[in-house]
Amino acid sequence: MDTAFSSEDLKFQSDVREFISNNYPKELKDSIGTKRKTGKELSRDDLMSWHKILGKHNGWSAPGWPKEYGGAEFSPTQKYIFEQECARAECQYIMPFGVNMVGPVIYTFGNDEQKAKHLPGILSGDIFWCQGYSEPGSGSDLASLKTSAVKEGDHYVVNGQKTWTTLAQHADWIFCLVRTNPDAEKPQQGISFLLIDMKTPGITVRPIKLMDGSHEVNETWFDNVKVPVENLIGQENMGWTYAKFLLAHERSGIAGVARSKKALERIKQIASAEMSYGEPLIQDPAFKSKIANAELELSSLEYTELRTLAKDSAGKGPGPESSLLKIKGTDIQQMVTELAMEAVGYYANPHLGTTLSNEYVGPDYATNLSGSYFNFRKASIYGGSNEIQRNIIAKMVLGL
Amino acid sequence: MNFDYTEEQTLLENMVTSFVRDDYDWDTRCSIVKTEEGWKEENWKKFAELGLLGVPFEEDHGGLGGEATDIMIVMEQFGKGLVVEPYMPSIILAGGLISKLGSADQKNSIIPEIISGDRRYVFAYAEPQSRFDLFDVKCSATLDGDNYIINGFKSVVFGAGMATHLIVSARTDGDQRSKSGITLFLVDIKSDGITLQNYPTIDEYRASEVVIENLTVSKENILGELGNSYEAIEEQVDLSTIAICSEAVGILQVLKDSTNDYCKNRKQFGQSISANQAIQHRLVDMMIEYEQAKSILYMAITADLSNTDERRKAASAAKARIGKAIKFVGENAIQLHGGMGVVDEYMISHFFKRATMIGILFGNVDFHMKRYTDLTQSNIQSINEDDGINLS
Repeated sequence: MDTAFSSEDLKFQSDVREFISNNYPKELKDSIGTKRKTGKELSRDDLMSWHKILGKHNGWSAPGWPKEYGGAEFSPTQKYIFEQECARAECQYIMPFGVNMVGPVIYTFGNDEQKAKHLPGILSGDIFWCQGYSEPGSGSDLASLKTSAVKEGDHYVVNGQKTWTTLAQHADWIFCLVRTNPDAEKPQQGISFLLIDMKTPGITVRPIKLMDGSHEVNETWFDNVKVPVENLIGQENMGWTYAKFLLAHERSGIAGVARSKKALERIKQIASAEMSYGEPLIQDPAFKSKIANAELELSSLEYTELRTLAKDSAGKGPGPESSLLKIKGTDIQQMVTELAMEAVGYYANPHLGTTLSNEYVGPDYATNLSGSYFNFRKASIYGGSNEIQRNIIAKMVLGL
Repeated sequence: MNFDYTEEQTLLENMVTSFVRDDYDWDTRCSIVKTEEGWKEENWKKFAELGLLGVPFEEDHGGLGGEATDIMIVMEQFGKGLVVEPYMPSIILAGGLISKLGSADQKNSIIPEIISGDRRYVFAYAEPQSRFDLFDVKCSATLDGDNYIINGFKSVVFGAGMATHLIVSARTDGDQRSKSGITLFLVDIKSDGITLQNYPTIDEYRASEVVIENLTVSKENILGELGNSYEAIEEQVDLSTIAICSEAVGILQVLKDSTNDYCKNRKQFGQSISANQAIQHRLVDMMIEYEQAKSILYMAITADLSNTDERRKAASAAKARIGKAIKFVGENAIQLHGGMGVVDEYMISHFFKRATMIGILFGNVDFHMKRYTDLTQSNIQSINEDDGINLS
């Protein structure tokens, strides 16, 4: 047993650290920092400019993609180091929809034309993707989805409604699960995987405001939207297979260990500045014990992730264990956002941290921490709710 | 980075696994704990033959020079068999103290005898008032010519009834709760002045209350420096804590796997009870707790245990986290076994009892949570204006 990184890995770590420090734009850091503190929506540039910089550097925007498709093809250990370094430097995270979701589906199941058309834009960050999976009546029971695609000549005509479409307000393309055979024996058998240009007539995007006031998700409506048949991935009615493949990819990396670690450091700083019983909050036995508890959970999860990684490196492949990482990872994220809100006491109250005349309220570090707490209730619901993850483990790991 | 065992470690694991399977099946184990002695000396001889008694000792003294991973391998498999022979108290804890503090002469004469199985030392440290504080020592040793005269009372000394010798901690200086002034003495258990009150524990191990009255020990039998043993005690208890965490992880695996099997086989309302989602999710949460416990154990095993602070943190992190897992997995294993969970006859309750007692040994969850918190959360940190909280 050896948890030390090899000398190659250490070299890689210092390369990544150096690249970030030389290339992560100060303006971007400032822009995102200010907006986050005041609860303002990030612009497309905020979300994508780091991606674009990485895209020009040996495929680092796509750490897991094969070199063949322009990716970095990092080893699992390198992926882990890369993620750690990005979190450490508080880099804007890479939008998962293109790189982690539709990209691997396209290079695994798509044809040559589709690969040539779509992969470069995902890699470079020029094309912004969003995900059309959930529908109002199809959440956990995704296979019951109703959005229909009827083939008419060289087009599918798509009608229906997708929901929780994250950042669709910025998106150029959407990948959609649609029903192509309503009469299939099992609901899973009549689903296809379509790529749709968001500029196609008939698509309407309407914002859904979340409880912290943020605009992250949307409803996306399809009214007789004509989609060329060449935008079908793989075979018609085989979409469920591709969808499941994608969901497994979505769950890997969802643990967010490195970012939670960074957030805990931040909470310790805040708790050093905040006073309680006339002393720094960090010295309050009840509060510091909660931080210690969160750290313990996180250490355990970090080693669970490393164990999964080691298995992965040995070519044994990530399994349904990624559901475990999702459950515990999101548990901890929620624990952390709650602790941060708790740390600032009364200053959890001001919404967005500015007065009506736009002056800052309270300590800088307190702004929008309650917003994060409320926002992060989503974590145990999205990406397959934590209850669904338990169903997956029960079936796939425990054989129940 | 890898979590693989070396070839030697795989052989060690296979050896202990086959011992537990072939020589320590459940019926055999039950018959051993029912005997007058509560253990089987033949098994100790077998451990000696297999080389297990030498695992943590230096090769110079005939040991295997094993490290934390090797000890984990042995303890984890012993956990799966609920092996009652006093391996941890004698080999890891007392043996560790002798290795750490012994003079060259002491080590040369004692360690080979331990490895051959001819001597068994156990460490008598706890006292009725000390709870988990290793420095809280009332037992006194006063100089009388070339000898020390020891008086005191040691509580819940695991394996004392099976030991040939004791290591006794006694105060040669300082107040009852002072970290300095604690001295260790090597004594023959048959010495005049030592009375053992032996008893079975709730989990069918054996322990003793040790009454020490005017026990005379010569200066040569001091282990380590006079009045200066606390740090070594703390260190060896930390390493023993990690060892029993390994035992706990072995036990948790049995609790989790057996409960899984039981729920698949037990039929009610015409179906396996594991068809119910309420039960499935409980089993999943048990599995997650087990994996998290194993992960924190790996964290502890691979930490730099030669660094005092890292060692303290590793031991307390592991014990606190695994203590929580013990409660969750243990109590739910009993719950999901229903009536079968609460009877003595079925093995699951025995695993639960042992795991629960491990939860107390060397400090419970509260004790180690506090220790870990004090070790990690005491520094005031300055605010870095550039940072924020960005999880998504």
